[in-house]
Order: sequence, then structure tokens, then C-alpha cells
Amino acid sequence: METVTITMKKVSALYLEADTISPDAFAGKNAAQIAELPVFEGNVPATLGKYFEISGGAGATAADTKIIVKGDVKKVKYIGFKMTEGEVVIEGSADLYVGAWMKGGKILAKGDVAAFAGLAMKGGEITIEGNAGNYLGAAYRGDWRGMSGGKIIVKGNAGSDLGMYITGGQIVVNGNVDVHAMTHAEGGKLLVKGNVNSKAGGQMVKGEIIIFGSIDTMMPGFKPNGEVELEVEGTKARFLHFIGDMGERHPKSKGQIVYGNLYKKI
Amino acid sequence: MSEYIIKNGYVFDPVQGIKGDKKDIAIKDGKIVDKVGSGAKIIDAKDKTVMAGAVEIHAHIAGPKVNLGRIYRPEDKLFSCTPTHGMERMGGGASIPTTFKTGYEYAKMGYTTAMEAAMPPLFSRHVHEEIRDTPIIDEGAFPVFGNNWFVLEYLKNHEIENTAAYIAWLLRVTKGYAVKVVNPGGTEAWGWGLNCLSINDPVPYFDITPAEIIKGLIEANEYLGLPHSMHIHPNNLGNPGCYETTLDTLKLAEGFKAKNKFGREQVMHLTHTQFHSYGGTNWGDFESKAKEVTDYVNKNKNITIDTGNVTLDETTTMTADGPFEHHLTGLNHLKWANVDVELETAAGVVPYIYSPNISVCAIQWAIGLEIPLMMKDPMRCYITTDHPNAGPFTRYPRVIKWLMSAKARETQINAFKHKDKVLSQTSIGTIDKELSLYELAQMTRAGPAKSLGLTAVCGGLKPGMDADVAVYNFNPDKPVANPDDIEKAFSRCASVFKSGVQVVSNGEIVSNGHKRTLWVDVKVKDNAQVARDISEKFIKYYSMTQANYEALGHHFVPNPYALEVDATN
Repeated sequence: METVTITMKKVSALYLEADTISPDAFAGKNAAQIAELPVFEGNVPATLGKYFEISGGAGATAADTKIIVKGDVKKVKYIGFKMTEGEVVIEGSADLYVGAWMKGGKILAKGDVAAFAGLAMKGGEITIEGNAGNYLGAAYRGDWRGMSGGKIIVKGNAGSDLGMYITGGQIVVNGNVDVHAMTHAEGGKLLVKGNVNSKAGGQMVKGEIIIFGSIDTMMPGFKPNGEVELEVEGTKARFLHFIGDMGERHPKSKGQIVYGNLYKKI
Repeated sequence: MSEYIIKNGYVFDPVQGIKGDKKDIAIKDGKIVDKVGSGAKIIDAKDKTVMAGAVEIHAHIAGPKVNLGRIYRPEDKLFSCTPTHGMERMGGGASIPTTFKTGYEYAKMGYTTAMEAAMPPLFSRHVHEEIRDTPIIDEGAFPVFGNNWFVLEYLKNHEIENTAAYIAWLLRVTKGYAVKVVNPGGTEAWGWGLNCLSINDPVPYFDITPAEIIKGLIEANEYLGLPHSMHIHPNNLGNPGCYETTLDTLKLAEGFKAKNKFGREQVMHLTHTQFHSYGGTNWGDFESKAKEVTDYVNKNKNITIDTGNVTLDETTTMTADGPFEHHLTGLNHLKWANVDVELETAAGVVPYIYSPNISVCAIQWAIGLEIPLMMKDPMRCYITTDHPNAGPFTRYPRVIKWLMSAKARETQINAFKHKDKVLSQTSIGTIDKELSLYELAQMTRAGPAKSLGLTAVCGGLKPGMDADVAVYNFNPDKPVANPDDIEKAFSRCASVFKSGVQVVSNGEIVSNGHKRTLWVDVKVKDNAQVARDISEKFIKYYSMTQANYEALGHHFVPNPYALEVDATN
């Protein structure tokens, strides 16, 4: 695998829309060609080379390409946008839409990521060592197709509206999660090792939420359904089981009504 | 104005019966003329197809319902933005494009006239502001009448003269073009949470049936002698077995003859026929009844239809058929918007994905193509997608490809997941007819123009008509190597003229033209009762005053083109 290192040399005055920072866009290009890739600063077209020092070169294919993003990219959006293969490592923190619409490959963010990371992602893996912003693995504004595959791991905390309209895939948060997690979920799994703020699973049709910590206020549409013992990531524990959201429609599978499942560790 | 001569193209013009002859088309002062001077600018159309500008008879392209779609579907714009380019302003939206993109896309495909198919009268000002902001193409708008309280009250007592006076008044104040009917009575019933699924279901409170509304509006339309006929979206749209309601509706036109000075021969236009040609009792035994419906239309010359082709895209459905949209959101669980328009109508909006992997969608696709292929008279059947309901209008080139190439249809049928079901529930697999360019010109130019009463204005290349001309990069003398070449050729014109102004060159917009708003100005005898009823309804029921209702003046209709009708005798 070939490695390209891009280092921020001049932080843009406005936010930088850099949807070309992806193994797919870099594949087959040398440093000079990568520097010519288009970006937008606000509504002004520019090139990647204007803001980044580029060293190394990409592999022949996206799968053969690893991108290391260095320097202050707190104002850079769309890193790993629509990527299908390869790897991206963000040494610091990044702005909105990290790994949005991604289909495959791996992203490692060593700092924080702002909102809409993993938006509508279909596959691949995103690891966030810091905190994630709002709408992690959710659907685009207005859309009903959230994350449908792949995995997102957050070592820190995640913001609100996580997994909104999620239909598949898995999100693991080691820390805490803010309000409205898994709203409108129709599949997918959320595992929270910390606490969940109120209103998880509102209008949830299908899917699974497992909470190790506490939950402020349960949605009134969730109904207690006894206790179960689950083995989650190697830990065996007893959980309170809830099904819901009872206010939402629910499909039938093999004659059984399918609900959203919420498990809270006792 | 400049003079042009379009030289050596293969001309297809049903108005003059020209079937692909090599001819020059001369343009002077905005009109087609016999000849021009030697100084005329030459447009080389060698090896190209020349037709009149196409006429869109039914699309939802302006007004509150379209805009609601734009507002509540940001995801429709997400990856479909077009940046500022040449003289084009930025645009966006795939199934519900912005006004500018709407004008540009129609023009690039060779369309020069389009009709907004459902104008809520109360919001005519909004409709006209959007029409004004849609460049190039001439546009008219059809106000909806089928659930209007005035109409329901007058027709309950069969008061044709009062209905006609009300229609004349409403067309004038809303700058409307024709009498549109959507789910007659059913949309009003929706105010009670009900619907009218047959032509004999009574409308609550008003105690009138859809059949009485339809017949009454045909009578009033012919009493006035309007350019277009009553234009109907019948009851029971989109349900398995709905073709019977469609046939019942069509039969209501029996015995009526067109009375007008515009050359129109039909008394009823049935729109998006595809949605009204379903057999079966549920989605499992869902099947095509295109044959039954087209057989009837073929025999009855006082009816015209348009197709409503499903294009297999993700789109946004929107209709004044409020109860239908509620039914649809129950089927696909996608977001639903619903609006009630006071005394007049209602509307609903729901996104929809016509997936080639779902048998019902694939059967709908087949029905949409069966209809034009089964129609014997192409002058009475027009190509539409009921934009954006069955698909975006930008897919017309693809629909043309499917109609002109049996091979293209076969490729699509083979790509369906439930191919066998499509073949067993429709007869698309047995049809080998391929549309000729002449028939295409009938279905997209001469036919719709005649149905709209615009024969003197557009839809043909006869000297004296408006110089609306489209030149396609399509050589009718060469066999089509790949059906996709048809789609490509009809997507982007070599050149397009609108009223004698070149608006498209090499597929790019080069002028915004002099866009006009088409409307119908009817003179009727003074009718004190109707005038009193109108002012009383405004005082008692409307949320606005009569003074704020009218779409008038330069702001709303900056460049009007009125078709005058005298119905005082």
C-alpha cells in the first residue's frame, strides 16, 4: 500500500470543502497531480495544493492508497467522502461529513469529528478516537436513508441525533450519547457503554439499542418486556428489555410483529 | 428581428404532412415564413432532424405544491446541482428542479411550450411568479375546478350558464388556461376523511356525484368554447382495477361534440392514462388494462389522452388528489405533506422510488409504453411523465428511446428482477411496433398543440406559425446502431428557436428568449348571480379578500399572451 501524506500549510479563512480527500480521488496520481485536485473555499474554487503540502504518492487503485492527513484540519469538510476502499488517517480533528456516503475502506480520526460523520454510509469502518458530533451515521437532511452498513466506533462521546434513520450497520460509543439517538431507526445496532440522554429510539421501527449506563428519560412509546441475559463484546450481563416505539408502524416477519429493541444494563 | 434559414434538415411536420423531406425552414420576425433574404443567418441542419418545438401538455412545474416538494426534499437537490455556466444561472433538483433549471432543461430537449397541470386558484399568484421565473418556454396553467364549492353548488342544480360564468371569471383572475379536474368530488370528500372511488360516490354535504361534475364541466367548457377541453385526472387513480372507473369516466363524454373556433376536436382529455389503466384486485394480481382503455379511446374520437410514462427513477409525487397521496404514504412509509386549499382543492406530496426490482413498478413501466404503442391515432395520444409523478420530464429522451426501439424495450425487460411477471401481466413483450419520427412529432408537437387549441400558434412549421423549431443531431437516413444514441440525440438539441430567437446552440443555452404566459380571456354576458355569489363567498369563507385574489399586472404576468374567446352569444 502506498502512502500519501497531506499536511495543512495554510488554514483557510472560510471552511474548506475538500470532497477530493479520498483514496478514490487520489488513486493513480502522484503528489503534483493530487495537488491539482479541486476544492472549494466557500464558493471559490481552488486546489488542494493551495492549502496542503503533499508528499508521497497514491497507489494504482483506491485499495492500494493510504492517506495521512496532518496539521490543523478543524475547518476541512468531507474527508473520505464517498470512499470505497483504502485508508485515511486524520491525525487531528476534522469538520463535518467525515466518511459521509462511504462504501468501504477505513478511516481513523485521532481527534474529534464534527457533525454528519458516516452520514448514509453503506460500508467500511470509521474509528473516532476523540468525540463525534451530532448526526453520526444519520441520514442527510430530509432523507430517510441513514447509515445502512459498516461500523463506526467512537472512543469518546457522541452528539445528538445519532443513527437517525439508520437501516443497518453498527455504531459503538464508549462514552456518552446525547438526545434523540436512533430516531426513526429501521435496522442497525447501537451500543453505548456510557450513558444516554433522553429520547432514544423515538419512532423506531426496527433495530437494536444496548445501553450499559443510564438513560435519563425513556420514550413513553417503549414497553417493558422482561429481563434478558446478553453477551455483548465479551461481557455477560443482565439487561432490562424494552420494545418500541409502540407509536410507530411495525412490519411483520414470519407472522411475528417486529419491534425496535432497547436493552438497558441492570 | 433577425432572419434565419435552417438548411437541408430532414423535416417532420404533421401539420403540413411533411414526413422527413429535405427542406429549408425560414424564420423572420419570430414567425415561420416561406422565404427569407440572402442575408439570413444559415443554420446547417445537414444529416439532422428538424421538428417544431415540442409542446408539453401536462406537467407539474410551477406553484405551491411543486415548491413544497422542493422545500421538503433537500435530498433531491443534494447531488443534482448545476453551477452557473455560460449564461445559465445555477440550478438544482432532479425530480423537482428549480424554475431556471426547468426552463433550461425543457429548451435543451427542444420543448418550447409547457402547461402547468394543476393551479390552485387561491395560489395563482405563486404559480405565476414561478412561471415568470422559468426562462424561455411559453407556459400556461390549468386552474382546478373539480372540487370547487361554486362548481359543486351550481352543477348540483345543473346550472351550466352559471358554471360557465364562474369559469370565465376564474380564468381571468387567475390567468388560467383550461378547466382541470382532479379526482372530481374525491378531493372535497377528503376534507371529511373520505374519497370518491367511483363516478357515482356522492360527495359529502354537496350531495353531487363525480359523474355530474364531469358532465357539467364538459357542458360548461363547450358552452364557452374554450381552446382546450375539460382535462381530467379521474377518480380511483393508481388502484388495481381502476380501469373500470376510467372507462366509466370516458363514457361520460359520449354524445358531446367540441364547439370552438380553435380547431380542437375532443371534449375530454384524459391525463396520465398509465395510472388509470390497471386491472387486478390487489398488488399480487395487478395487471395491465392498457388494451381495454386504448380500445375505447381508439373508437371514440372526442377524447385525447396523455401517457404518464414511468421512468424507473426516484421521484416526488404531487397531486391535488389529496386522498391518493395519503394512501401512497401508507404504502411506502415515506414523508407526506398535505394541504387543504379552502373552498377550492387540496394537495399532497410523497417521494416515490420506481424500482426496477419491484414487479408493480416494472408493470407500470410497461403499461406506460403499451398505451402509445396501442393508440391508432398518434394525434390523440401525447407523451408525458406527468412530471414528476411517474418520472422527471428530463427523462423524455429515454421514453422516446423505449418507444422508438423494440430492442431498447427488450433490454429493459431483461433487466427487470421480475421479468416473467411483467411479461405475464402485460403484453409489452408481444409488441414490436417502433414509433416513427413522424409519429413522434404527432405525439409531442402537432397533437398536443391541437388538443390545447394552439394549432394556429405552435406545434408545426407552417408559414405564419410561431418560429418554434428544434434541430436534433439525429440522421433518420442512417440505421440506429445503438438505441442509446436516440436518447442522446433527443437529450440535447443542436439548435432550438423560440418565437424566432435562437435559445439553444450545440446543447447550450444562448438566450432566455421572450417567455410568454398563455391564458384564456373569455367574454361572457354579465351574470349578477355569479358576481354576488363570488363576493359573498369571499366575505363569508375565504381567508383573503377578493381584492387580493387576482394575479394581475406586470409583477405576475409580465408578458401575457391571451387567447380571446367570445361567449356572449
